[in-house]
Amino acid sequence: MKFPQVPGLIIAGIILFFVTAALSALFVPTPDGQLSTLVAQLWADPYYRHITYFSFYQAFLSTVISVGLAIPIAHALSRRNFWGKEFLLRIFATTLVLPVLVAVFGLLAIYGNSGLVVQALAVVGIKLPYSIYGLPGILLAHVFFNLPFATRLFYQSLTAIPSEQHKLCGHLGLNQWTKFKLIEWPRLQQQLPHVAGLVFMLCFTSFASVMALGGGPKSTTIELAIYQAIKFDFELQVGALLALWQMFICAMLATLLQKRAASDNVSATYGQTVNCYFIDSRLAKIWDLGWISAVILLVLPPLVMVIMAGVNPHLPQVLSDPNFWLAFKISFKVGCFSALIAVIAGIFILWCSRIWRLAGQHFYADKIELIAMIILVTPGLVISTGLFLLLRDLTNVFDYALYIVIFVNALMALPFVIKGLAQPMLQCAQKYDRLCASLGLSGWSRFRLVEWQLLKQPIGHVLAISFVLSMGDLSAVALFGSQDFKTLPLYLFELLGSYQMEAAAVVALLLLLLSVGVFILTEKLLHLKPRTMAPSKRESHA
Amino acid sequence: MKKQIALLTFSSLLSTVVTANTLNVYTYGSFASDWGPGPKIEKTFEAQCKCDLKFVTLDDGVSILNRLRLEGENSQADIILGLDDSLITTAKKTGLLAEHQVDLSVLTLPTKWQDNVFVPFDYGYFAFIYNNEKLKNPPTSLKELVEQRDDLTIIYQDPRTSTPGLGLMLWMKSVYGEQSGKAWQQLAKKTVTVTKGWSEAYNMFLKQEADMVLSYTTSPAYHMIAEGKNNYQAAKFSEGHYMQVEVAAMVKSSKNKALARQFMDFIVSDGFQREIATGNWMYPVINTKLPSEFNQLVQPVQSLAFDSDKVANQRKKWTREWSGALAF
Repeated sequence: MKFPQVPGLIIAGIILFFVTAALSALFVPTPDGQLSTLVAQLWADPYYRHITYFSFYQAFLSTVISVGLAIPIAHALSRRNFWGKEFLLRIFATTLVLPVLVAVFGLLAIYGNSGLVVQALAVVGIKLPYSIYGLPGILLAHVFFNLPFATRLFYQSLTAIPSEQHKLCGHLGLNQWTKFKLIEWPRLQQQLPHVAGLVFMLCFTSFASVMALGGGPKSTTIELAIYQAIKFDFELQVGALLALWQMFICAMLATLLQKRAASDNVSATYGQTVNCYFIDSRLAKIWDLGWISAVILLVLPPLVMVIMAGVNPHLPQVLSDPNFWLAFKISFKVGCFSALIAVIAGIFILWCSRIWRLAGQHFYADKIELIAMIILVTPGLVISTGLFLLLRDLTNVFDYALYIVIFVNALMALPFVIKGLAQPMLQCAQKYDRLCASLGLSGWSRFRLVEWQLLKQPIGHVLAISFVLSMGDLSAVALFGSQDFKTLPLYLFELLGSYQMEAAAVVALLLLLLSVGVFILTEKLLHLKPRTMAPSKRESHA
Repeated sequence: MKKQIALLTFSSLLSTVVTANTLNVYTYGSFASDWGPGPKIEKTFEAQCKCDLKFVTLDDGVSILNRLRLEGENSQADIILGLDDSLITTAKKTGLLAEHQVDLSVLTLPTKWQDNVFVPFDYGYFAFIYNNEKLKNPPTSLKELVEQRDDLTIIYQDPRTSTPGLGLMLWMKSVYGEQSGKAWQQLAKKTVTVTKGWSEAYNMFLKQEADMVLSYTTSPAYHMIAEGKNNYQAAKFSEGHYMQVEVAAMVKSSKNKALARQFMDFIVSDGFQREIATGNWMYPVINTKLPSEFNQLVQPVQSLAFDSDKVANQRKKWTREWSGALAF
């Protein structure tokens, strides 16, 4: 292909057009003069200043903690092998995917006012001096959601270190710290801005968990104000303005982070990536053991509580409910198609951005990746309301509800595809661009013979992530759902709203199992295994 | 091939016949769900009208109104069902609703209902629910809860995002008037958290995150009838309880006016009302036989309510007062 950037550019163009159109649809009913007064009004309002400050503050803390802790955990996981590690890595992906409420209930069952921790301490006669509600609760929830995801991305970077380098370190007798500084840190540094940016945006725009655990209106984020403006006050312009403000802040931050992103050429391997040559010590063992136990203690108990709550007498009743299976079918369809679209779109965009990046045109590369990320900070309610306004004159929106929901969910999954594939695809190009050029490989055949072979694992991973994200999403389907078009999360919410708490717990359990199942299934279908360093699992082909 | 085409035309003819007789009702999810009153009401009405009653389900009352506002004149809705009385003025302002012409003399609401656009279909009172195995001496007035009971913890819903939350705000306003700011600050000391919606709050209460939760006086009926549990009770407050009336209206642009009118009349008939008590867990609006458990529920000494105009005008200001009192 002569201009391999073209498909990526077209996709980015569509996204940009779509987001702009949806936003401007909300502005349409405003007469010219009023917009500036509205802006002035919002700008001067101490309420909005307070929530901007709070959104920023909690997102900053959540990001620092999640990402800061993810580094030693990923590092420990990358050089230790233990029973159940593959399973743990799969579980990591589910925390991001569970409906927020389900995860919050899981967390409360452990850390809440009547949670296990409080009960256990009460037996010993200790009363916790403070409760989880407030900033600690918000941070805990955000770390629970994001730390495992960040860990997985870092883990992926670390396990891509060629075994030659591990060997060399061994030969040179480098100590842990020197090796980390020279070999591992540069890898992590490459991934760091991506992960930090993604986590920051996720926390900045989070609001259901912030409200549930925040303890009162002090903990209000911009996203809540947008929701309130559009839904309760039906002030679409205020909602759109606040959305723009949120997008502006996040875009500024993303630009800053991208500037820090190192895209040095990292050396590549053509063979194994097995890390079994490091100099072990008791201290190193204790250090790694500590981090691994810490993450297990953070992630597993709330999930176990979700499972325990779900195994109740309502299980057969839910499983025999045709409505459950209908919702399951629709969720499955939405998940499959959204994931496929998101991954294909993501690959095209990255194909485009890496060409620019390798040519030193970082500005363009950064911008096109930013466009793909923009949807992360555009509130779902803004997107769906805007889309509704755009389409209502053209057609009966509900006839196309399925396609709209698939499309919007694909857009929402795209940032995860970008973050998951950006580094692997760039490294792949760094390694094989020259070889491909000399062999005359390009386009589809290059993708099939080179990229696919090398990137199967990250592609499988983002495919599964996009699937479960779309399956678990509520924001797109909320405005377009109807009696005949109901996804599993919507079904779960209906149960919760009709006092059917136990049946809802069953659905939550099934959602959890389904997400883990999807990860296992994609790995099986693509013949993948999470990279481990057991010698028997070495990949001899690459 | 010809046969297939003939079949196709036939089936499309059939489907047009069906759509001509379809009544679209926009409502909220739990009303139309299998555990709500929706399916039984649908069955009874369809038997009467020889038509197809279809529910389009949305989040909640506000979402129903917003959907109508977004669709405007081209709305598919014939009926909207599930707004509450605080939204009436706002909803009428859209000019998208028609007058109902239903005979309101059958209504047995505690206050006289006179609206010519909205027909009430059920009502209830907000109340704080507690577990009487854990809490032996519940407060007997809102003032006692706010001013004296520092030993209690409560969870309520955010008035910016939820109808019960808005209800508590109006309740506080009708008891405290100008002093509500201070009262909110006092209440904040016992507030565990303020959630986005009813489901979160109620679930947290059931998991014992707090001693009391804001819900309805009829919530204990669910636990008694569906679960056989008597331990969840509503605290009776001497100032009275704030009332919520849920309403329905006909959409002006409806292409099935006759059918829509038939449904509006049906709302205040036994076929609809007998499903309310144990389907929506609210009170029916006409004389209906109630399960005996409903006799054990708290009967408010007085039902408090602002008129809808006042709520429409003041809601924003009062919400600001609430968030201002607690956030800064």
